[in-house]
Amino acid sequence: MDLSMLWYLVPSVIMLACGVYGFITRKNLIAILISLELMLNSADLNFVVFNRFLFPGSMDGMVFTLFAVAIAAAETAIAIAIIINIYRSIGNTDITEINKMKF
Amino acid sequence: MDYSQFGSMIPELIVLGIFVLVFLFDTFSNENGKRILTPLTTILFGLGTIAIWIIPACGEEVFGGMYINDNATNAIKAILNIGVFIVFLQSAKWVESDEVAIRKGEFYELLLVTLFGMYLMVSARHFLLFIIGLESASLPLAALVAFNKKHYESHEAAIKYIMTAVFSSAILLVGLSFVYAFSGGSLYFQDIAYNIGGRPSGLLIIAIAFVIAGIGFKLSLVPFHLWTADVYQGAPTAITSYLSVVSKGAAAFAFFVIFVQCFGAVYSDVWEWMMYAVIIATITIGNLFAIRQKNMKRFMAFSSISQAGYIMLGAMAADGLGLASMMFYIFVYVVSNLGAFAVINTIEENSGKISMDDYNGLHKTNPWLSFAMTLAMFSLAGIPPFAGFFSKILIFTSVTGSNSWALYALVLIALINTIISLYYYLLVVKAMWISPEEPKIASFKTACVERWGLWLCVAGIIFFGLVPYIYQYCYDAVQSSLAYLTIF
Repeated sequence: MDLSMLWYLVPSVIMLACGVYGFITRKNLIAILISLELMLNSADLNFVVFNRFLFPGSMDGMVFTLFAVAIAAAETAIAIAIIINIYRSIGNTDITEINKMKF
Repeated sequence: MDYSQFGSMIPELIVLGIFVLVFLFDTFSNENGKRILTPLTTILFGLGTIAIWIIPACGEEVFGGMYINDNATNAIKAILNIGVFIVFLQSAKWVESDEVAIRKGEFYELLLVTLFGMYLMVSARHFLLFIIGLESASLPLAALVAFNKKHYESHEAAIKYIMTAVFSSAILLVGLSFVYAFSGGSLYFQDIAYNIGGRPSGLLIIAIAFVIAGIGFKLSLVPFHLWTADVYQGAPTAITSYLSVVSKGAAAFAFFVIFVQCFGAVYSDVWEWMMYAVIIATITIGNLFAIRQKNMKRFMAFSSISQAGYIMLGAMAADGLGLASMMFYIFVYVVSNLGAFAVINTIEENSGKISMDDYNGLHKTNPWLSFAMTLAMFSLAGIPPFAGFFSKILIFTSVTGSNSWALYALVLIALINTIISLYYYLLVVKAMWISPEEPKIASFKTACVERWGLWLCVAGIIFFGLVPYIYQYCYDAVQSSLAYLTIF
């Protein structure tokens, strides 16, 4: 069965849009982190798809994706550590209460 | 695999060597040994800085052209190194305070790792290495921002920083994936430049806009600047000064290399007008918001946003002169901004005061600190004969080189903004020297090491503009690297 590139790119764009929407609207820090992961995965999917369909002779996109996944894992680890610090100091992870500094 | 290639990465090896030494020393030394950790790191790093200044760059591309060590990258690394050295000096007292002393090894290790990431970022000629450098520069910084564990503001700043950093990396990665679609299957800057010429398609425009947004977050250019003030306010002051000069300088240089070498073929078609709008917004909004700030750290945050706009003028010039002026501007900005932060840091440590109103009548109790702060403010505003005046002249000259009326208009707007910035920089000077109120900050003696850092900054502010060697150094470094920075 042959699927064209579009069948992969449209879900990727939807993932990106969902990620941005979630990043803006969610109130819980963990939910925001999940939205960020969605955006990163959409970029990874793009790389793999472009590599597979446009440049099947080389592996640059695939290798880039491997590194991007590792970087995303590192980002999540640090973000979770900071979220735990926040939870310890104010008792929840609601961003509407993280507003001591503004303007 | 040819391991001798690693021999060309001399600046990276120096920083990595210092990192490993500090790490081993921190892990295996006893309580008495830890006492000399701060002087040991500072001296080692000072020697490393001198070594990077002295050892000439080999000008080789290694790892298949992924990494390059030429005179321009070597010069910007030396500049960043001086910035970090001054940060080490001005944080020497803070790391010995009760709250931080037990973790001071981590402070130095994380700072050196971020510096290593910035080195990779400015030397990268392939997007994979660039992304790795960018992330290893920005992720440990989030841990550093959260370094004051007992203070709630530090956590809030850290969560704001890490969330916007990850968001911007995601946007950057999506943009790069679209660029990859045009690249002919390779992520080398030169291959991409070769493949994207001609009439740009809509997807390429979106891709470049995403890349500008991604790197613009790191540089705090204006539509992407909202994290800056909060993070600068909440972070420990040593980290704030590091964020505002070193991290910004590295990102600006990398931005120039990517946009001139890699996207240079579509300069006038695509990104000239994007950057045009972004620079005007950055300079103007940074200035206007700085006027109403009362907290000194937030004030410096908005001032650094507008300075980032001036630095980006070098990228608008997009030639060798632009890069040389940009490097000179970064160098001058390093000493001026670190000078201002050194004073803020000392006053915060000794009296806990951070508001601009507290600076009223400072000259009665601490005349030397007021003097240093005044020089830093004059230099940031660009008053002759201090260094900031010459760096602004050079960067304006480089932009007007191409004789287009639009760029002349851009320089005019930047000039008008210089006058606005003069107003709010002089507000600080007025509070310190003219305000008739009784001083709120008692007289105190600055710690010895911090005073050295301050003197270094003051010397830089006074002499960098008057001694032509500094600009000549940047210019020669760029000229000898033009062969590697193709497509001008």
